[in-house]
Amino acid sequence: MDYATLLQILDSTMRLAAPLLLACLAGLYSERAGIFDIGLEGKMLMAAMCAGAVAALSGNVWIGLLAGIAGSMIFALIHGVASITFRGNQLISGVALNFVASGITVLVAQSLFRQGGRTPPLSGAERFNPIELPFAESVAKVPVVGPFYAEVLSGHGALVYVALLAVPLTWWVLYRTRFGLRLRAVGENPASVDTAGISVIRLRYTAVMITGVLCGIAGAYMATGLQAGFGKEMTAGRGYIALAALIFAKWRPWYALMSTMLFGFFQALALRPDVLKNTIGFDVPVPALDALPYILTVIALAGFVGRAIPPRAGGEPYVKER
Amino acid sequence: MTKLPRWADVVLVPLISLLLAGIISALVILAIGQSPWEALKTMVDGAVGSAYGWGYTLYYATSFIFTGLAVTVAFHASLFNIGGEGQAQLGGLGVALVCLALPWPHWTVALVAASAGAALFGAAWAAIPAYLQAKRGSHIVITTIMFNYIAAALIIYMLVSVLKPAGQMDPATARFPEGTRLPTLHEIPGLSLVFTKQVPANVTLFVALFASWLVWLILWRTRLGYEIRALGKSEPAALYAGIRPVRITMIAMLLSGALAGLMSINNVMGESGRLLQNSSEGAGFIGIAVALMGRNHPLGVFLAAILFGFLYQGGAELGLWTSIPIELRTVVQGLVILFTGALDHMVRMFLGLFFRTRKTGAA
Repeated sequence: MDYATLLQILDSTMRLAAPLLLACLAGLYSERAGIFDIGLEGKMLMAAMCAGAVAALSGNVWIGLLAGIAGSMIFALIHGVASITFRGNQLISGVALNFVASGITVLVAQSLFRQGGRTPPLSGAERFNPIELPFAESVAKVPVVGPFYAEVLSGHGALVYVALLAVPLTWWVLYRTRFGLRLRAVGENPASVDTAGISVIRLRYTAVMITGVLCGIAGAYMATGLQAGFGKEMTAGRGYIALAALIFAKWRPWYALMSTMLFGFFQALALRPDVLKNTIGFDVPVPALDALPYILTVIALAGFVGRAIPPRAGGEPYVKER
Repeated sequence: MTKLPRWADVVLVPLISLLLAGIISALVILAIGQSPWEALKTMVDGAVGSAYGWGYTLYYATSFIFTGLAVTVAFHASLFNIGGEGQAQLGGLGVALVCLALPWPHWTVALVAASAGAALFGAAWAAIPAYLQAKRGSHIVITTIMFNYIAAALIIYMLVSVLKPAGQMDPATARFPEGTRLPTLHEIPGLSLVFTKQVPANVTLFVALFASWLVWLILWRTRLGYEIRALGKSEPAALYAGIRPVRITMIAMLLSGALAGLMSINNVMGESGRLLQNSSEGAGFIGIAVALMGRNHPLGVFLAAILFGFLYQGGAELGLWTSIPIELRTVVQGLVILFTGALDHMVRMFLGLFFRTRKTGAA
């Protein structure tokens, strides 16, 4: 594999990893607060449909983004009501919402546009178009680093940079603010947080809603950045890959960046089987590459590469002591 | 919260959950500018209005009985097996390998062998998540989800690169030999008077009924079933009573995987006659709804499976005859899971209010 091909693959890695990264950080807030969220997939799908539809109707991608976030937050709220207020099973709630999202997105898109459950193709201001980073043109001539900057880092839609900026932001919120400390505490030992006079319910709702916002951005990016419009089941399991990446990252933001980039790289490679064949000399079946993130996650879960220990109070509804 | 009488818990909670799911679905249909009443009429006519419709409803129900039982057995050990889909797909692979291995002389022999293959492959696919849960504490929900995706990739690889006959374009196995064809309800003497046209429902339905009885027998009439349920109620108590959690977790999951795998004799052997990509078509996931709705009892699972068979066949009719997309059934499925599995406390709370006022009124 020569340097130019590598750059091409890294470029698509960035594009493919961005939604994974956003969804992974989304899951991080929720799970760190003790609410398991299998419903990342459904929230992304809902956001993709809302963003695709509203961007097509309004002609403005930013309004589409807001609609996507709103759609995702509605689902986040339902998950919150089921798992925090009514102390239901968080896993079942997530699974259920994924099914609801899978069906209702097609129903709404079909009744709005009558194009077989898709939204109309987007173009121009209805999409997030590539942004050239400053000096990309002039730096491109610098050997090795220049093309990397110009080809891989520069030239993505705005939301890719939002995803990248969300990593340091999440780190800062989680480890350098009072809210972050409480958030982590409520996922480990909610009773102690309650004793300190802080509302467990409110903290958890806040975390779940942040999850909604980030999943909303991830889904909106799918429909208006990565592709031009919403299509049935377009997230194709990315919510679950993000969940896998979150476990692989052991619920930490910088590791989440690395694991989603790794999984994004696999997805990029799966699109270019020819390159892989030339590099390692034999044919790797594409399904094997598709399955790799899941296999790696199972290995990580089995504790063969250091133990992945989830937040202690994860999945347990909090019942106030009487 | 008031404790509900047992009959209310068993009958009223699922029925009210279903009613709530129905109301929301009706609102969704209204919102997309269609008539819920017409939709219901189309579904009832298409799914249970004729013997032909029943032939499809029962065909779907057969698959859902197996996957519902699979989820039920795991639930009793307080394990949430979301991997029914992957286990069913692997079961399909087992059926295909058995059916293609020999020129089977008669369907009865083939059925027994294929069932063994389906159960074995399904159980094998559940074995690794089960071991990781029992021994290493990896969360079964996450590992079984991962195994669903790995199963899908494995099946695609097997169909495209290994099992596809030379010269065939679509990724599928060769057709199974004639001796493996299971009689449909139309071909069974006696029943053929009712089912006058060819229907996909086949003898697997009776295997499913037998499996339901067997699961009831195991769970409530054997030592193993007692140990499974004891472990599910409380692990420390089970441990104290001398029950080995690792062993019971493994057995419960292997049983669960085998049951999920067994559904493949219905669709792969009984219907399509060859293994296709995504053969289980989401039936593994519907098992979750069926088990929750059926209150984790084989009889309940049977009734809920018929209900979901109706929903599936009716939903397909909607897609054919109205402009309501077939995806409506996924919405209903999700809503039923949400209300019966996650919002059941809410339903109980409301019912509790009702029972309390009634009690004070009587006193």
